[in-house]
Amino acid sequence: MLFPKNSFPAPPPRVVITGAGIVTSLGQGWKPNAAAFRAGKTGFRPVTHFDVSQQRVKTAAVVDLPAVLPATQLTERQKKRLDRASMMLLLAAHEAWQQSGWKPCGHLPVVLGTTAGGMTIGEEYFRQAVNLPHHHKGQPTRVLHYQSHIQARMVLDALGFAGPITIISNACASGTSAIGEAWEMIRRGQTDRVLTGGYDALSQMVFSGFDSLQTLSPTSCRPFDAHRDGLAMGEGAAVLALETLESARQREAGILGEIIGYGTSMDRHHLTQPHPEGDAAYQAMQSACTSAQVTAGDVDYINAHGTGTPLNDQAEAKAISRWAGNRAGNLPVSSTKAGIGHLLGGAGSVEAVVCLMCLREQWLPPELAFETPDPACAFRVVARPEDAFVKVALSNSFGFGGVNATLIMRRWS
Amino acid sequence: MSRVFVCGLGSVSPAGWGVEALREALERNAALPIQPLMRPGWQKPLNMRPVPNPPVRLPFLAHPHMRRTSPITQYAAAAALEAVKKVRPGDGAHFRIGIIVCLQTGCVQFSSRFFEETLENAATASPLLFPETVFAAPACHVAALLENTPLVCTLTGDASSYAQGLALGIDWLQEGRVDACLAIGAEEIHWLSADALRHFNRRAIISSGAAALCLSLNPEWSSGVELELITDVHSYTALADRRLAAKKMRTQLPAQDQAEILCDGLVESPRADAPETDAWAGWNGPRLSPKRVLGEGLMAAAGWQCVAACDVIASGKFNAANVSLVGANQQAVGVRFKQGDRIISDLSLSTPAGSLAP
Repeated sequence: MLFPKNSFPAPPPRVVITGAGIVTSLGQGWKPNAAAFRAGKTGFRPVTHFDVSQQRVKTAAVVDLPAVLPATQLTERQKKRLDRASMMLLLAAHEAWQQSGWKPCGHLPVVLGTTAGGMTIGEEYFRQAVNLPHHHKGQPTRVLHYQSHIQARMVLDALGFAGPITIISNACASGTSAIGEAWEMIRRGQTDRVLTGGYDALSQMVFSGFDSLQTLSPTSCRPFDAHRDGLAMGEGAAVLALETLESARQREAGILGEIIGYGTSMDRHHLTQPHPEGDAAYQAMQSACTSAQVTAGDVDYINAHGTGTPLNDQAEAKAISRWAGNRAGNLPVSSTKAGIGHLLGGAGSVEAVVCLMCLREQWLPPELAFETPDPACAFRVVARPEDAFVKVALSNSFGFGGVNATLIMRRWS
Repeated sequence: MSRVFVCGLGSVSPAGWGVEALREALERNAALPIQPLMRPGWQKPLNMRPVPNPPVRLPFLAHPHMRRTSPITQYAAAAALEAVKKVRPGDGAHFRIGIIVCLQTGCVQFSSRFFEETLENAATASPLLFPETVFAAPACHVAALLENTPLVCTLTGDASSYAQGLALGIDWLQEGRVDACLAIGAEEIHWLSADALRHFNRRAIISSGAAALCLSLNPEWSSGVELELITDVHSYTALADRRLAAKKMRTQLPAQDQAEILCDGLVESPRADAPETDAWAGWNGPRLSPKRVLGEGLMAAAGWQCVAACDVIASGKFNAANVSLVGANQQAVGVRFKQGDRIISDLSLSTPAGSLAP
């Protein structure tokens, strides 16, 4: 039953990650992505999937999808219906599933975050409905696959399991919100395993939307740089297999890391602008630290939301500086959006996997284009590749609409 | 285990602004009139049941957040304000409200307009429209109106997701993170969504609006209705189709009692209704079918079902109500409400929508 439930376990179980899958413009899978993030590579190139001739900006971090999808239980017909977003989601989920060693089962909850879902399919539907109003071929399929819960169902069908699907759409915080909600579901004793993550593909409408707001950088995305001039768009997906420590130990599963804290807050300042002092960002970080029972002094690296826009980065810089206090001076911070762009609903989950990479492999992802710190940054922005001792990493995500979310993860050793 | 009290209801529907209008329409039990919805490229219009214009200009539209909002946000805001009206003390500054907004098609009006502008000339597509296209926009604006909203979440899915929204709100309440929680279901009409719906159900009449339930663990705010249970989520998969999921949902709700009512999601379309009709084949008691009167309001309709169920219990006509949420293509979930101790005397809105002030 969703309600009433069994009483909450006390203390709540520890939640570990036993599988992680990632797809970005830097590659598909852990290894190529880890190598590229560690070196500070970027994945931007001209957008060719849709017309950008009238846009101010014409590049984005575009994913190269493989010609052949991994073998799953999907039929050829089902595979043909997958759009780019669904394919990225499936690739990431497949990698996480394989790594976790989970087997098909009848009850495995899925919690996913997305902003646009199947927007490219929605765009196709719109074009056909307007240009060929009496031509219905393919339209019912587009209606179905436009919906993100159908995209999630494709993952269930592909991997051969069943379970409740929850889709969170808290704009750019969606991925982090999804992982945080999955983490809370396990801690509440509702389940001992959840497949969770986030995804989004580039679409003409969303690209045009950010361009219309003049938030896209016409030069290069340089989060926290004093001369930054906007964000870069990207696409991708990341999926995590979360389970209780007890479950992982029983299975003798390999543990990649532990999620120890999650916090969320609401910024009511403006639909698209953060509070200039970063109050809600500060609250989300504080709340996550409280749940993780850590302080700023315990955190070894922050993967910032860091979009590269003047307003976001200034507010986040103020929030991090205020939150870190005396720790700020030697606290390494970077935004991997400098390399892969803003993945919207996929951003938080991909950045969580990047944090996991840092915890596992003990390095920090640099922003090579970063030159001059914004005066609001009391912290150190990682600008060159470096090895580092990382035991605890924090990841921020802030969304259009004001939902802010912070995850804290710990190295497993 | 905590008891969960329903402490307020809100509704915007083709019947009008407020729960009273919803109640009257459902009591009449006659399908509301259909209006034409122009569909580009077709001579023959589609059909719809839109929300009528409010009797007076809604005061909350003066709030800076609300100026450029689309109808879906305005419906969600009106339903939310109605639902919290009786429990929100003073300026609400110390009253923590969690907000969960559930949507299926979401902000389709501005999305469609913005995409049209993009196709016409992307260089001049309006930056005022784009932010209102995101699923999270209605929740943001409702949060701004209600001020002290530490937890806000937007869920998307088919109509059954509304029950997941209720369950998430209960989790927040039980963890002591909020004093009350609003679960809002909302939709707006556009020819695109009507066109899309038509591919699956030619008889369905699209409609729009919103519904809100305000939940709390505080018995002092009880309206006389308690949320008794929410079933498991019964997903549709390759192995379990809609019919099987609906039956499983039904088995988790108690057997029929004469003093109970069923609030179903039937739309008078034999094919679309078949799984739900089968699941409830043994039910001989009274029924409420809001969609038959109001139209296919998707997530808003799930909310109307719950609001209608609570309203008939609050009126004292029934001791309990089962709400059957058999979603179109995701899952089936059931919700059960029962009579509880009444503290708040008047659960529903009895004043015109014009008095809805933030």
